[in-house]
Amino acid sequence: MIQGVAILLVFQSLGEVASRFIHGVIPGPVIGLLLLLGFLVARGRIAPSIAKAADGLLAHLSIFFIPAAVGVMLYAATLAQSGAAWVLAIILSTVAAIATTALTLRALSPIESPSPPPPK
Amino acid sequence: MNARTALPVGLENLAQIWVYLSATPLFGLTLTLVAYVLADAIYQRTNKFPLANPVLIAVTLIISVLTISGTSYEAYFQGAQFVHFLLGTATVALAIPLARLWNELAERAIPLLVAMLAGATVSVVVAVGIARALDAPPAMVASLLPKSVTAPIAMGIAEQIGGSPTLAAVFALSTGIFGALIATPLLNALGIRDWSQRGFAVGVAAHGIGTARAYSVDPRAGAYASLGMGLHALLGALLLPWVAKVIFY
Repeated sequence: MIQGVAILLVFQSLGEVASRFIHGVIPGPVIGLLLLLGFLVARGRIAPSIAKAADGLLAHLSIFFIPAAVGVMLYAATLAQSGAAWVLAIILSTVAAIATTALTLRALSPIESPSPPPPK
Repeated sequence: MNARTALPVGLENLAQIWVYLSATPLFGLTLTLVAYVLADAIYQRTNKFPLANPVLIAVTLIISVLTISGTSYEAYFQGAQFVHFLLGTATVALAIPLARLWNELAERAIPLLVAMLAGATVSVVVAVGIARALDAPPAMVASLLPKSVTAPIAMGIAEQIGGSPTLAAVFALSTGIFGALIATPLLNALGIRDWSQRGFAVGVAAHGIGTARAYSVDPRAGAYASLGMGLHALLGALLLPWVAKVIFY
């Protein structure tokens, strides 16, 4: 587990370094993800320690967004002033984006995967 | 002496303890974890009901506590930064579910890429179109444009195209939370049953928070969501500044 966390941190660090080279156009963690993916695919197997560390973090992925999201409180006044426009833009564009992506992917997928149990 | 000494001894001590605690990182860290544990318990108890989104509940709880106790965001973040830091590590960890599905993903590369581009385009066109139709100021429109891309990238893009990075982060987070709330009923209404299609759509439109929702419902949906988020992050960072040029000039 600790070994797995260490490997994740090494790839996160590599990603940060690479991100500096391209002036931060792509954030370090995203580059780290790609590097680790390349490493795992090239190696053809996933060490149990990495799998354990990753599954542990991803089981509670939501918690990592909380500190940044609390920062919304700093902009409450600004956002309240110009309410309707951004709220409507976000609601309708998000609905449209989910629908378009899902319907396009379904249209381009020749075989329907076996039906999952009806999602809630 | 001042009014404080007039407090009963117990309360006086309590007040001192509070002053001490609220100034240490321990406070923000504990508050974040406790709020999440409560929020997640509600989420699990309601059978993962979309409106009981753990990020939404925890953030509401924390903002209430901070407002009532008069604690600043900066003081809170002193402790919360440790959790925030791990967001980067968790992002790297998304490589593992992708590696597990690698052969399947490689086979479906083109449909996935086309679906992602379609969703991303619609997201930008609808968001910018509505904001403009409602006379939103140009800086707000520019900050809305990258809202379906994961927050750190959205901030960078907004800055490049004349928006505000902080507004962009707020819009990206709001999009993530709203996407996580609406995805299940919306996809049900559209009759999308395949976990890969459901997850991928949420990841493209609602990035990390949507991916967290997908993970909590089904591991395959989660893996596809992280792929959607990752593809949108990469192509968004590269293409959206150019798209903005076309739209704004």
